Amino acid sequence: MTEAQRESVRVLTPVGMLGAGFPRETVDRGIALGADVIAVDGGSTDSGPYYLGSGTAKTAAAAVAGDLRILLRASASAGIPVVIGSCGTSGTDSGVDWVAGIAETILREEGLTLRIARIYSEQRAETLKERLNEGRVHPLPPLGDLDAATLDSCSHIVGMMGHEPIVAALRAGADVVLAGRATDTAVAAAYPLMLGMPAGPTWHASKIVECGGQCTTNPRAGGVLATIDHDGFTIEPLDPANACTPTSVAAHMLYETVDPFRMREPAGTLDVSDAVYTALDERRVRVEGSRFELADQHTIKLEGARVTGYETMSFTAIRDPHILSKIEEWAALMHRILRARVRQTLGLEPPQYAVDLRLYGYNAVLEDLDPATGPPREVGAMLLVNAPDQATATAVAKIANPLMLHLPTPDMAYLPSLAFATSPAEIERGPAYEFVLNHVVDVDEPSELFRVEIAEEASRD
Amino acid sequence: MTDDRKLTLGELALEVRSKNAGPFWITMELFMRSAEDYAIVADEEFVNEEVVARLYALDPADVLIFRIPALNVVKISFPRPVAQGGLRDRDIHAGQHHVPLAALVPP
Repeated sequence: MTEAQRESVRVLTPVGMLGAGFPRETVDRGIALGADVIAVDGGSTDSGPYYLGSGTAKTAAAAVAGDLRILLRASASAGIPVVIGSCGTSGTDSGVDWVAGIAETILREEGLTLRIARIYSEQRAETLKERLNEGRVHPLPPLGDLDAATLDSCSHIVGMMGHEPIVAALRAGADVVLAGRATDTAVAAAYPLMLGMPAGPTWHASKIVECGGQCTTNPRAGGVLATIDHDGFTIEPLDPANACTPTSVAAHMLYETVDPFRMREPAGTLDVSDAVYTALDERRVRVEGSRFELADQHTIKLEGARVTGYETMSFTAIRDPHILSKIEEWAALMHRILRARVRQTLGLEPPQYAVDLRLYGYNAVLEDLDPATGPPREVGAMLLVNAPDQATATAVAKIANPLMLHLPTPDMAYLPSLAFATSPAEIERGPAYEFVLNHVVDVDEPSELFRVEIAEEASRD
Repeated sequence: MTDDRKLTLGELALEVRSKNAGPFWITMELFMRSAEDYAIVADEEFVNEEVVARLYALDPADVLIFRIPALNVVKISFPRPVAQGGLRDRDIHAGQHHVPLAALVPP
């Protein structure tokens, strides 16, 4: 190997999320510019706990297949690896297998010869409880200490891998690495770190490319290429008409981060406080001065989700100006009568079930925080019921149905009829979930919580 | 024009945005158009932990503020008051929570 002699490594990121879609030209252009690896994120917690809790993907299979087909063809023809992180949105084992299944189908259809590695990141509650008892699990703010019952309550728990298991898979000869839950940055950082690029520029570049074109002046114009070397990195958009500017690149450190200067990874902390962003020309930016501080203790962050109950939704709409002028009184009356009717018919009291009544068009989004006042022109009233089982949630919503149709304001002498949006009005949403873990586990070996499985041979018919 | 003083931060800024920073935090940014406008929002007498806490019904001790003159940006982060995706979460991505901040009027 001549890894130590590499002067630079080029990372191609065509898009911020596998399945979001990108023009084929963005990959062709990256390959022409000498890309050494293609790295794409396949997941996020951003859309809520459902995907981890249920172990299902947010993206459509056809959309993932469309993106993967372009990437696998490029990988085979250019002879460069593809790394995909947080497969299947949440990075559960089922998510990895789902993406792997799609990839294998494409390899067969295209007659491509590529070796696939799967890295599983799902964690067993029993194993984590042992570590908890050893005092090796710690909370991250704003959460407090973990108890064993919380681990038991999770339907799925994943650990966020750093670059190490991905490097292990690449070193073992994988052409395509399908990783479970990974930090957004580890996906892009693995190959440059394996080839000896310095940690500071590598992690910083990896953060900048994580969302594809987001760090450019036109985020919808395809992906980016980062060239990492021993002194820093250079970033450029793959669409010749698009541009990276020092501001567009530096501003990406703000995106979805609590602290724009320091970001924790399993192995340590990226610090960009002293990074200098310089325009090389009208569309390329040079970044130097990024540092990576190795941590004394390697830690793996956990994510876990559990069922909170089952939900049923009902939605009606109000246009009558009189009701709208007293919409808060209407909502208060709804809560009062519904609670009495549920007690009378089902014999239940909160918290045996819970109801959220959202007045869309009035203050549904911000409620008491909303700076605006005044009567709305129309209101969509969404009733969301959460109960321990689906039948109870739906029963509560159905008991609310006559009220959602005919409830007046307290001063009205007649029953209005309101505008249901659908019939039946009730929509069963199935299980609802919540995130309950924001904790890290101390580990001795960076890869000890992850399992790498590599196909014996390249997939081929 | 003396009318300028009535502009909200939302009108004054290039962009005011909010977003989840992981499942347990919200972060928001005021992108200002110039160093002069940045100076207005970076003034600790105007935008500070207590003001943000009042806007979002928080404990001021939980509010983090980053003032970044190189980008003309003030960034604010705080723990998510409502669990993401839970029954009471009406803004799954926290993408509309910038509005109270954007409605502030500089002194």
